[in-house]
Amino acid sequence: MTTIVLDPTAGKSAASIETVDRPTTLAGLTVGLLDISKARGDIFLDQLERRLTERGATVARYTKPTFAKPAPVDLRHEIATNCDAIIEALAD
Amino acid sequence: MTQVLPDGLVAIVKRDCPTCEMVVPVLAELERAGATLTTFTQDDPAFPTGLKHVEDDTDLAFSWHNDIETVPTMLKVEGGTEVGRIVGWSREQWQTFTGFSTLGPDLPEMRPGCGSLSVDPNLTDILSVRFTGSTLNSRRIELGALEDDMEAAFDRGWSDGLPVVPPTEARVLRMLEGTTRSGDEIVAIVPPDLNAVTVEQVAINAVMAGCKPEYLPVVLAAVEAACSEAFNMHGLLATTYFSGPIVVVNGPIAARIGMESGRNVLGQGNRANSTIGRALQLVVRNLGGGRPGGVDMSLMGSPSKLGLAFAEREHDSPFEPLATEFGILAGTDAVTIYAGHGPTAIIDQISRSADSLVRTFAGALLNEGHSKLVIGFDAMLVVGPEHGRILKAAGWDKQKLRDELEPLLTRNSDDLVRGASGIEEGLPESFRGIELPKFRAGGLQIVHAGGDAGLFSALLGGWVGGSKGSIPVAQKIAP
Repeated sequence: MTTIVLDPTAGKSAASIETVDRPTTLAGLTVGLLDISKARGDIFLDQLERRLTERGATVARYTKPTFAKPAPVDLRHEIATNCDAIIEALAD
Repeated sequence: MTQVLPDGLVAIVKRDCPTCEMVVPVLAELERAGATLTTFTQDDPAFPTGLKHVEDDTDLAFSWHNDIETVPTMLKVEGGTEVGRIVGWSREQWQTFTGFSTLGPDLPEMRPGCGSLSVDPNLTDILSVRFTGSTLNSRRIELGALEDDMEAAFDRGWSDGLPVVPPTEARVLRMLEGTTRSGDEIVAIVPPDLNAVTVEQVAINAVMAGCKPEYLPVVLAAVEAACSEAFNMHGLLATTYFSGPIVVVNGPIAARIGMESGRNVLGQGNRANSTIGRALQLVVRNLGGGRPGGVDMSLMGSPSKLGLAFAEREHDSPFEPLATEFGILAGTDAVTIYAGHGPTAIIDQISRSADSLVRTFAGALLNEGHSKLVIGFDAMLVVGPEHGRILKAAGWDKQKLRDELEPLLTRNSDDLVRGASGIEEGLPESFRGIELPKFRAGGLQIVHAGGDAGLFSALLGGWVGGSKGSIPVAQKIAP
């Protein structure tokens, strides 16, 4: 005899999200950098900003109020609206 | 499916009941006398013989939906509505009820009857699934015939590493009996996936954690508190730090459901303590999608992340209950949820004065996380009863203890800057020349718990406190 159990998960299949095409060049694009407010993160991002600017990108810097909480929805929206590309990464 | 009640008299009987057998001639007598009688039989469609309207209730649908607990039961129905009911056999009662004053002259005066098959303990699970299982909204998953039920849960990623109780329909229906809340009521939006979860979905995970139905209200309150904005479950889950949600229970419900507030209170061995915290963590895992290696980035974790729930020892506490600090009246059933881990032992077997003991507490608290770091991280001090007695004898309540701790937990920042004491960790140089408290305002919780013997207290280290991290949240427990 087989056992029937109830699904203990949220039971959703992963929603598929279409990604935009990768840009072929960074020249002329706005690239967003989000500082998550961890100590010394700014030093790393300063370096990244220099390298991106050398390649012709305009860098927009953003800061999360605290690394311990998700970025506020307004900030996420602002980044999505203003930037052509983002670099998603987390250093700790 | 509710069946329409036939007008007139309705009898519910089973063959396997001597009282039912005994009243068959009376039922026949009622028919002969012109009564409109319908008889439902629970176990044998051929029983009773000699009656005009016998209905087969061997699936027990009629008995279940009409809450029949005893056979024989006699209903009086007018216009499809039950207007009267008698159970068992009582000559006088039957005569009055039916209006036939000559019934059963040869029968004994009274017989109590037998249990209805619809309430047979061996059938309850099957019947509840048959008749109320359709109220469960969750997806049914049929485990493979060759699968072991316990292994199946591991294989599907539903377990925290320990075996889980398979959440069958019968078990989940039983769990839902533990609350008056509707199964489809939304309890909370559970991070990190931000799924809106129902009472039923929490009940499924409570079954898996090993909870009894009477624990469910506590689990539901803990889920609500953990998913509040202030508690910040998402951040707590994602941190590389050690902490997880710790549930402290106040109010009479703790004793009623058998929670431990005494011996081994933070340890193993008490089912309620062990499973309530675990149920919350399974909700975060299975319904929120928060798993180690996924959003849970904890460096080492902590055994308390399997789930830590305990009751505060209120009856001889020197302190008011924890939840009262968050605006909940003493004596109210409530959970307070705190982002922490542990415990760490605090030893003091010599102090007999509160003045001395408070210095021991301060020493332990100052070292929480790092002796040179202040304000960032919260703490919970669990005062053991033998220490609590010393405070009580000195007339110290929680406020007095806080007041006495305050100067002892204040540090000169010159001792805390980077490089001080030969330790690079510490505050930036710019912080020199000020006094700083070890904990933010509201960042130190104090509770009373533990067994009768042992001159110890405990520290439950905490995570980043306040608006930058997590704020403890209390929630009343709804029935």
